[in-house]
Amino acid sequence: MIEFFLSLGFTPYISKITALLLEGTFDTFYMVFLATAISIIFGVPLGVILLITSKGYFYENTYFYNVLGTIVNALRSIPFIILMVAIIPLTKFLVGTSIGTTAAIVPLTVSTIPFLARLVETSLRTVPYGLVEAAQSMGTSPFKIIKKVLLPEALPELIQNFTLTVIVIIGCSAMAGTIGGGGLGDIAIRYGYQRFQVEIMIATVIILILMVQLTQVLGDYLTKKVDHR
Amino acid sequence: MIKLENIHKTYVLDNHQKVEALKGIDLNINKGEIFGVIGLSGAGKSTLIRLINMLETPTEGRVIIDGEDITDYKEVKLRKVRKSIGMIFQQFNLLSSKTVFENVAFPLELDNTYSKEEIENRVTELLTMVGLEDKAEVYPAQLSGGQKQRVGIARALATNPKILLCDEATSALDPKTTSSILKLLCELRDKLSLTIVIITHQLEVIKECCDRVAVIDGGLISEMGNTMDLFANPQKDLTKRLVSAVVRKDLNDLLEYTKLEPEYFEGGKAWFELLFKGDKATDPVLVEVATLLNLKISIMGGQINHIQNEPLGIMVVAVEGSKQMIEKAFEEFQKRVYKVKLVGYAE
Ligand SMILES: Nc1ncnc2c1ncn2[C@@H]1O[C@H](COP(=O)(O)OP(=O)(O)OP(=O)(O)O)[C@@H](O)[C@H]1O
Ligand SMILES: [Mg+2]
Repeated sequence: MIEFFLSLGFTPYISKITALLLEGTFDTFYMVFLATAISIIFGVPLGVILLITSKGYFYENTYFYNVLGTIVNALRSIPFIILMVAIIPLTKFLVGTSIGTTAAIVPLTVSTIPFLARLVETSLRTVPYGLVEAAQSMGTSPFKIIKKVLLPEALPELIQNFTLTVIVIIGCSAMAGTIGGGGLGDIAIRYGYQRFQVEIMIATVIILILMVQLTQVLGDYLTKKVDHR
Repeated sequence: MIKLENIHKTYVLDNHQKVEALKGIDLNINKGEIFGVIGLSGAGKSTLIRLINMLETPTEGRVIIDGEDITDYKEVKLRKVRKSIGMIFQQFNLLSSKTVFENVAFPLELDNTYSKEEIENRVTELLTMVGLEDKAEVYPAQLSGGQKQRVGIARALATNPKILLCDEATSALDPKTTSSILKLLCELRDKLSLTIVIITHQLEVIKECCDRVAVIDGGLISEMGNTMDLFANPQKDLTKRLVSAVVRKDLNDLLEYTKLEPEYFEGGKAWFELLFKGDKATDPVLVEVATLLNLKISIMGGQINHIQNEPLGIMVVAVEGSKQMIEKAFEEFQKRVYKVKLVGYAE
């Protein structure tokens, strides 16, 4: 990739930085996108399970809810940087290595899933219980209530929380860079911090700010679009 | 159509305290009837209506719908029964993420027995029935309370239920809208031969459209009967209080602020309270009695209520005359009106 940008004929230094930043941005996108997708795939069902086993819902089971809730909370309270180191064996088992962008996705999802699950649970709880009862009175099965009532009705909150999740993942992915995760964080550390190339550090920070800003704007736009209340 | 036998419902709270919401309810609601249940807050009305479609399971007793004992039914079988029982709510409970059309289509889309075209026709028919055919593509947030409840009714009736349950369905609406919703329910009952159960704490609602009423107090039915009988002739204190607040709204003040003596005194006027019911309400009773006994009768106040389209009138009159004449007047009134009461004497 770097060679490709060099071949474009920029002055060597500028083009090298540009290429570096572009590659870092691409890597960050890759990590954030996959980590978000996997987190949603696992986090949403987990959040639904938390909700439906809690008091007053279809599969109320206080014991199960408390155990699952405790595990989720425990995972949420481990600082990302520590979690990342702690699960290196798991990462190696899943990806084959603990270094690089793909490897960084493992700790990113492991830390995000419980975080998102709680957000999903809270979002679904904002749906007035009367709607669940109305659906029940029409003979709706719990599965259909989740699919056709709870999730669509909580969609604005869910999108807000997905947005928040993406932003948190962007931040964590930058942190992942510090221990060889790749992406913009990696570049900031290697060039900006270790080699005192302040301009590179500033550039990465600006790109990260733009990414967060863009995510927020997009999230707000989508929320507004699906919110009919 | 709906039969509740010796229903008890006890809630167990988190701290193991028990709340006996219902303490032995026996109820038999006939097909095609509009049945009202009235009671104060916490009396157990919502619990009662939610037992009919088994959103609550009874602690004791049987729930029998259309001859079918559903008390021990499990989820899957219950869902089938629930499709034949519609329900509307105080808070409307419409899906905010779906349009009016989609809300009404919701119960039809649950099992894939209807084609897209059938659903479209049915929803259009329902929306026309409740007078909202032009609102199909609107979201509930853009509707008024009355319109929302109309959507609720259309949705509840989508699967052609035999029974419609209304839990405080008009409590969030102003009197005029309440009236129009109740009229709609009456119409629908006649058109679709529905059996309707109405839960309310407002006697006005009962007055407007119920055939029979049960008064529920502390988890028990304290009084039950024809709406007119209950209004004209309440037995229990609670019922009397509730009825009096509606039927004699204006008169209570009048009687309270007039100095009335319990005994006859020279030159005093006797105050009578006359209750007229049904066709007798339109007879010229006052003129008749006044002419017959050659008495002076002045009207102090009055109020006429229409219950199931029958008038129920109360009039307070003052009669001037000797003690003997007043007694005679009492007798004559008694022959002509539903009830007469001598409330006291005043200047
Ligand atoms: N899910 C529940 N858990 C515990 N107690 C309950 C529950 N539902 C109702 N109760 C209690 O049962 C009693 C009857 O309640 P219910 O809701 O049936 O009254 P209501 O007549 O509908 O009152 P309102 O007019 O206020 O709606 C009340 O004392 C209430 O606190
Ligand atoms: Mg209630």
